[in-house]
Amino acid sequence: MSLSETSLRYVAELVHSRTSIRFDVDKGYLIQARLMPLARQAGVDLDVYVQRLAGDAEERRRVVDALTINETSWFRDTEPFRAFTDVMLPHLLAERTITQRIRIWSAASSSGQEAYSLAILCDEHLPPGWTVEIVATDVSETMVERVRRGRYGQVEMNRGMPAGTLVKHFTRVGTEWEISAPLRSVVRARHLNLADPFPELGRFDVVLLRNVLIYFDPSTRADIMRRLHPRLADDGYLLLGAAETATESSEHWRLERHGRISVHRPAGPAQLVGAAPTVPTTTATTGG
Amino acid sequence: MHALIIDDSRTMRSILSRIVADLGFAATEAGHGQEALDLMAGGLQPDVCLIDWNMPVMDGYTFVTKVRAEKRWRRITLMMVTTESSHSHVVRALAAGAHEYVIKPFTADAIAAKLRLLGLLDPSGSALDAGALA
Repeated sequence: MSLSETSLRYVAELVHSRTSIRFDVDKGYLIQARLMPLARQAGVDLDVYVQRLAGDAEERRRVVDALTINETSWFRDTEPFRAFTDVMLPHLLAERTITQRIRIWSAASSSGQEAYSLAILCDEHLPPGWTVEIVATDVSETMVERVRRGRYGQVEMNRGMPAGTLVKHFTRVGTEWEISAPLRSVVRARHLNLADPFPELGRFDVVLLRNVLIYFDPSTRADIMRRLHPRLADDGYLLLGAAETATESSEHWRLERHGRISVHRPAGPAQLVGAAPTVPTTTATTGG
Repeated sequence: MHALIIDDSRTMRSILSRIVADLGFAATEAGHGQEALDLMAGGLQPDVCLIDWNMPVMDGYTFVTKVRAEKRWRRITLMMVTTESSHSHVVRALAAGAHEYVIKPFTADAIAAKLRLLGLLDPSGSALDAGALA
């Protein structure tokens, strides 16, 4: 079973129209691999499956889900989480003594490992009396629901979850592991398409937008970065994926180097969405 | 870096040996805990042991307790790789002195992720002294 170029273009355009994520048609193998299980389930050839999509909204949603879900792991890449506990949290603990509250946005949360990794670190590092709210958003409704359930299969648990943390924060439910209720309660999952105007989410102290901008075209990337700026506290932190950090500089952001990673920080006061662009107050740097 | 693979399944030993070899480890295999202890008593000095739980002659849990009872083997990192998947099994293994726990089935990147967690891989993802072994 293989997809014709017409079908590939239709699927690529479908995903782009719903999410702004662009799939090159020469990555047909990826589209094919992701759609194969859906076509099998429907009991038809891949091309027939794609032809039916035009008249089936529910199936189109499943296709978008299948193509936008990414592999993830606990404490992925290690270094950003080290920077969170060693740099960001100490700063925020010193600066938020009045509210004793920290807000974090995991902006492409997939199945929630990033959000729950942060919840675990906050549980271990926040002093008594402090609270954290973690908003986990994803373009896939399926993933949002998975985050809410907070259950993971064995293969997923093996990917980066320390055994000591596993036994402390998870219980076994059937063949899955379920994260504890207190940690589930600090993570709020909701659907959000980064390419659309952001709903009212409030301002965040830390935003993680890792390994997702690469899927957008340059103008959408620039637009997302511009709209993110007012969502971040003036002394907040934005973490992008390692490969994205250097290319996403602009007058709104300055780069700060911490060990092997760089974080974006607002270069000037936040501007309201829709307001005229402000003159930059600080020159963006690319970090050392 | 040297990894000792302890599993009564020849296939599983072979899979794990290939995974750690790809990461730059030298690998030695043992079919049960007693065979592994004998190798170590004979001078083998592994940096990490990947240990199945259920094996003939000596199981993995007993192997962990025996290694932890010997001062000369304190620096060895111990990682269970087993089908035993209950919460209580993980707790028991950690309490006995295992550092990490992987539940079968696993993927190669899961083994690498655990070895990275244990500080046995360099930032490029290779065994710390892989260059020296080459």
